[in-house]
Amino acid sequence: MAKVHVTATLNGNAVEFLCETRQTLLQILRDELHLTGTKEGCGTGDCGACSVTVDGRLMCSCLILGAEMQGKSIQTIEGMADGEKLHPLQRKFLEHAALQCGVCTPGVLVAAKSLLERNPDPTEEEVRYWLAGNLCRCTGYNKIIEAVLDAASEMRRA
Amino acid sequence: MHEMRYEAPKTLAAAVSLLAGASGQARVLAGGTDLLIQMRGGRVDPELLVDIKGIPEMTSIVAENGVFRFGAAVPCMELVEHEAFAKAWPGVTDGANLIGSIQVRGRATAGGNLCNASPAADTVPALIAAGATVSVVGPKGRREVPVEDIATGPGKTSLARGEIVASFLLPRRPPRSGDAYLRFIPRTEMDIAVVGAGINLTLDESGVCSQARVCIGAVAERALLVREAAAALIGTKVDAEALQRMAAAVSAACRPIDDKRGTKEYRIKVAGVMARRAAQIALDRARRKN
Repeated sequence: MAKVHVTATLNGNAVEFLCETRQTLLQILRDELHLTGTKEGCGTGDCGACSVTVDGRLMCSCLILGAEMQGKSIQTIEGMADGEKLHPLQRKFLEHAALQCGVCTPGVLVAAKSLLERNPDPTEEEVRYWLAGNLCRCTGYNKIIEAVLDAASEMRRA
Repeated sequence: MHEMRYEAPKTLAAAVSLLAGASGQARVLAGGTDLLIQMRGGRVDPELLVDIKGIPEMTSIVAENGVFRFGAAVPCMELVEHEAFAKAWPGVTDGANLIGSIQVRGRATAGGNLCNASPAADTVPALIAAGATVSVVGPKGRREVPVEDIATGPGKTSLARGEIVASFLLPRRPPRSGDAYLRFIPRTEMDIAVVGAGINLTLDESGVCSQARVCIGAVAERALLVREAAAALIGTKVDAEALQRMAAAVSAACRPIDDKRGTKEYRIKVAGVMARRAAQIALDRARRKN
């Protein structure tokens, strides 16, 4: 059947793709554009592993169709570091060992970045609520929260 | 699986004609947080998806002389972040702010929440308590319908073929009005209501309740507007005795099912408790708005 032709912006660069009407943005990112940093956990919007931002808003890419992306600006984990230079959140996740298996990490980082863009000085509770849609089955969350708070503090001083 | 057509019309008229003219199953796509999961699970297999997010009336929030009209496809996060709206309707905002995660709220819409017709929908009781109406557009034109008349049972609505819920209208509020929505879940976040309670009330100059609407969710096949519960508040100072009578009327109106989230007996009791606590919050908010 006829595919939908979409032009959009991905991590600041123009991108175009053809998609089947049922393909999700997550499938487009991973299978068509080969950006596999965005993970599939549940596929039903519960786990947040596939978090991206679309026009600045945090969303689960498994709950979006590729066809909906015409003219949109998408940011994924691949757009987070500046070349070889890690984003402060990425650096703090390494320093605090805020990951184990790593499957949830890209989604957590994308979600945390979106929080700090809106609220550069969140309380621990605000971080916990903002990240409630990102499930991690390894860390118990404490190191993730500490890393986000530490990154926020460093970014405020910068 | 059918081949599926995806259309993104720019006008309501075009969307209605696409939906009315579909040969097979057609679905409106707003945030997709229910629909895409239903498609993935094989519960629906549409021939046509009509993405209505390109239609201005459906994606804007407009305030005029104290009346708010917001599009049925406005994501919950946009509603919650709209300062004037959140100030005017904190209870409706409470409901929109409880759905799923930040990610889900970035996409999920009040229109989708209403038309998905889950009895546990979190935006619906507060909107019904607020006295909101929806503008429904279809092949025969436009009609204004109270929110409580849309859902008829789990997954079922009163909408005719080709009809779309285009926008919500919230009436102008009298002074000294407050609303609140509370939901009970066994966790603090990310769960489906065991019971939800939306209360909207107005006080007169002497602090006596002059108007009230009480709506409860997840305790029947759809959200229930409980007029007897509102009547227990009207004419009182919303004191402990009035709250107790209101809670009893709420419990009496419940006709819940037993499921993994709660038994009938439990839901009936908790509905009264949640309504009482929500009424207390609505009362405090009304008192602060002199």
